[in-house]
Amino acid sequence: MKPAPFDYVRAESVEHAVATLAAAGSDGKIIAGGQSLMPMINFRLVRPAVLVDINRISGLDRIEDRGKHLRLGALVRHRMTASDAVIARDVPVLHAAMENVAHLTVRNRGTFCGSVCHADPSAEMPMLTLLLDGVVRIAGPNGEREIAAADFLTGSLTNALDPAEMVTAIDIAKPAPGTGWGFAEFARRHGDYALAAVSVLIERADGAARNVRVAVMGVGEIASRIVPAEAVLEGREPTAAVIAEAVAALRDDIEPMSDLSASADYRRHLAGALAAKVIAQAWERAA
Amino acid sequence: MTDPVSITVHVNGTAHTRRVEPRLLLSDFLRHELGLTGTHVGCEHGVCGACTVLIDGRSARSCLTLAVMADGQDIETVEAQGTQEDLGRIQRAFRDHHALQCGFCTPGFLMTIADMLRHHPLENDEQIREALSGNLCRCTGYQNIVAAVRELASERGPIE
Repeated sequence: MKPAPFDYVRAESVEHAVATLAAAGSDGKIIAGGQSLMPMINFRLVRPAVLVDINRISGLDRIEDRGKHLRLGALVRHRMTASDAVIARDVPVLHAAMENVAHLTVRNRGTFCGSVCHADPSAEMPMLTLLLDGVVRIAGPNGEREIAAADFLTGSLTNALDPAEMVTAIDIAKPAPGTGWGFAEFARRHGDYALAAVSVLIERADGAARNVRVAVMGVGEIASRIVPAEAVLEGREPTAAVIAEAVAALRDDIEPMSDLSASADYRRHLAGALAAKVIAQAWERAA
Repeated sequence: MTDPVSITVHVNGTAHTRRVEPRLLLSDFLRHELGLTGTHVGCEHGVCGACTVLIDGRSARSCLTLAVMADGQDIETVEAQGTQEDLGRIQRAFRDHHALQCGFCTPGFLMTIADMLRHHPLENDEQIREALSGNLCRCTGYQNIVAAVRELASERGPIE
């Protein structure tokens, strides 16, 4: 099992990377951590004509605190996200989720932005980017543009990038102070791809849930927000009965697939069970 | 540019300059170009952990890294830990606890553990098992590997 031949360019800058991609037509591919891309290249499921290595571009490995949001550069490794003090303090849902992301050695290399670009339906970063109102910052031949994560993630293993574009950073919103959060995931083996995971943010005002966000992964083409479940909870106190109603709405809204690891019915059941747990958890944490 | 590219990789403190195809995996570079066959190749897609090496001091799958990407970087392989006559500390702990049987996965474990000991809290078995979870062993059942790490963690200094 060896990769098919390709050209290799070590990009000196974002402009260099984008120009190299443009010259490659639709056959260029960016590599950062390579923890998802390299297996696909080894299996020859992906055969780029030109591989553009962005690992030596300076300035992309930063987590910037920009007040209401954080900016994670294209070379922020999972290890950095997991150990960042500002994320631990201001975005605890992301901090907690990092424990479930792959294994130590993979976290040393894999990147936050790369995981979102790869758009695996069972990966945590796309779901959390949706949960946290992520904005994807993109550089291309005609300059920069920004796109909401919901518009960026177009399907399983697909995104809205044009062939000559690269992601330079992703902005995630810090939840308002006092926002309750919950995250739960189930995988056959800790650190492996999840069968399902659910993440929730809830603000509390006058005894009622506000600005409710519910996002899921592993139970559809791509991670997604579950608007009907959010609507059930919005403005109400999440009692057991209300949570059960939200779980029913969630189970109605998702379209899980059957595969070797689990049946669609099992995934639907699991997502609901995880949702009931994390909605209650988020409400308890909300101040 | 699919033509060979000249790279210089520092492996276990020695600089090696070679001309390699861009598609050459770091694992194959170490084994075939440098003859460092201590690094084992298992699954070649990042699941088994047998090919783990240190890149600039942190563990990495050498099967998920291209040799060209390692140009100018410091690589540490299992050969740096010791020799058959003079085992390194982690290797001795493996021998003392019978933490290997067939030995195929062992080089990957030894390199992952080198990273763990330098950088990770290993205060209980749960943390040790979590840190080891990316390496597969099909012989030992892991109990003795965990025991070896427990001993190593108890005698190490402060982590970075």
